[in-house]
Amino acid sequence: MKRLWKILLHFILGVSSLIMIMPFIWMVLTSLKSPAESIAFPPKWIPSAKYYVSYENSTEEIIIKEKGKDTWKGIIKAGRNRGKVLTVKKEDVHKKRFLWENYLKAWKSAPFGLYFFNSFFTAVVTTVAQLLTSALAAYAFAKLDFPLKNILFVILLATLMVPKQVILIPNYVILAKLGWIDTYKALTVPWLASVFSIYFMRQYFESIPKDLFSAAKIDGCTHWQTLTQIVIPLSTSVFVTTGLFTFIASWNSLLWPLIVTNSPSMRTLQVGLTVFNQESGTNWTQLMAASTFSLAPLIIVFFLAQKTFIEGIASSGLKE
Amino acid sequence: MRTFQRGRQRIHKDFLSDAETAFLFLVPAFLIIFIFQIFPMFYALKLSFFRWDMITPKHFVGFKNYLNLFSEKEFWQSLGNTFYYVIVSIPFGLGLSLFFAILLQKGIRMLSFYRTSFFLPYITSMAAIAIVWLWIFNPNKYGLLNYALNFFHIEPQKWLQSPILAMPAVIVVLIWKNLGFNIIIFLTRLENINSSFYESAEIDGANKWQQFWKITFPLLTPTTAFLLTMSTIFAFQVFASIYVLTPSGGPKNATTTIIFYLYKNAYQQFRMGYASAIAYVTFFIILIISLIQKKLLKTNYEE
Repeated sequence: MKRLWKILLHFILGVSSLIMIMPFIWMVLTSLKSPAESIAFPPKWIPSAKYYVSYENSTEEIIIKEKGKDTWKGIIKAGRNRGKVLTVKKEDVHKKRFLWENYLKAWKSAPFGLYFFNSFFTAVVTTVAQLLTSALAAYAFAKLDFPLKNILFVILLATLMVPKQVILIPNYVILAKLGWIDTYKALTVPWLASVFSIYFMRQYFESIPKDLFSAAKIDGCTHWQTLTQIVIPLSTSVFVTTGLFTFIASWNSLLWPLIVTNSPSMRTLQVGLTVFNQESGTNWTQLMAASTFSLAPLIIVFFLAQKTFIEGIASSGLKE
Repeated sequence: MRTFQRGRQRIHKDFLSDAETAFLFLVPAFLIIFIFQIFPMFYALKLSFFRWDMITPKHFVGFKNYLNLFSEKEFWQSLGNTFYYVIVSIPFGLGLSLFFAILLQKGIRMLSFYRTSFFLPYITSMAAIAIVWLWIFNPNKYGLLNYALNFFHIEPQKWLQSPILAMPAVIVVLIWKNLGFNIIIFLTRLENINSSFYESAEIDGANKWQQFWKITFPLLTPTTAFLLTMSTIFAFQVFASIYVLTPSGGPKNATTTIIFYLYKNAYQQFRMGYASAIAYVTFFIILIISLIQKKLLKTNYEE
């Protein structure tokens, strides 16, 4: 009975997990297919081996009809030479299953290098600045006494309740008045501080034993020294978690960069990809390739820092 | 500034008082938060009483934006769509995540593989993965879902291009995306439930089903409440997923939610005052729902 239950458990979890990651698998496999294969019916999961020859300056896929000793006979499968029968030397026929060149084609069909740079630059500046401003503010709220402390903290928390769309329009107007629309300033400056990060760090700083602070004070440490030499080294985990969250949120954000940028050269990866999707129509293989290389950096980071991620989320949910 | 001097340590008192240090430490964060979060809240309120296209001067209209809003058919439709989305996606999303969290208890084999699979969509950018979902929901017979239905001899469906099926399709994608987050939160709480509760329940002869309803479920209430509030706020703000799956707001506006309606008005038609009024109405709806949820869950928990 217990054994049966276990098998059932793993069956349910296994099937569900596969459903969860199926879109990723389908994305990668489609990105390696030929256009014809990508819309084949019935759909094919694993691309099949295909034969290619050079013909009139372009590479054409051929269906092999006859395999002679030295020469092979085949028919061109698609394109303007479709149906043409060719007899070619055996060594001129190239066999390929996975079309890795789809990636190169996709990369070249839009300025993805620039999109990557814009996203990376925005995410790094936002993350570093947010960690700095949040650590300072969190330290003040956790370890210093000052007038209006509680009122200020309540005001901060109240801003968490306000939906983002309320401040979207005024922020756009403010940026427009500053003349910052379509600049890196618009992408980064409004996000250089975050209430959530301050709150998250303050929780952590408060858990640091009081004795350490008294000792630092006796040793004559200034607050700046206490923060940089005691608090920060003790809080690397919260810095990593907050940093990862900020980075991901910035990297994945779509609405903000969509609104505050107009010119193609200012597009972030998410905006660029969305435009690419809407403009390149039905070129599924290249669309999937572009999606794959856009997702790759974050997925790699996720696998490297998986434990921190999950623990970070767990602790964010346990607050209150 | 001497306070910021590192290295040699000084025995005498800090150059700045606590309050002065706090002030310096808070300035950078508060400057940004004030300009880009607190001030805009009031500015949006002001804008909601004006007619403004960002080019011609602002024109005070009193409550006209709000009145127009309530008489606009598309507003009610987008509000209806939002509620449809909230009412369907949240119970399904939370129910499924609780179900999987219970199955994923500590000590089972391959836990980390399962956990990773469930969590991966959460960190995935919607703009990138949307293309796969567009394929899955492709209205042609080679669309993956239509292909699967073919086995059951069901006709190909139009999915995202059908006024009836577009919203359910969007809901499926969003549940898929957020499931992992909810599972992790539930899982953490489940792991912290004292095992002695279950041990004494076993002794009293309670079966697993009774244990779930009498122990696990009540103890999870604060977590469920947290997730419910978070999911509701999140659901009202959902934009990216809808924008990438149905860029025009769906067939017959079927997937135009309230924030999508706001986006259209503000950034396609430049009705800034009107859009600000939408924002404030949404804000109040979220506020009221959060308060109701808080009240309901509290009374339930105390009983």
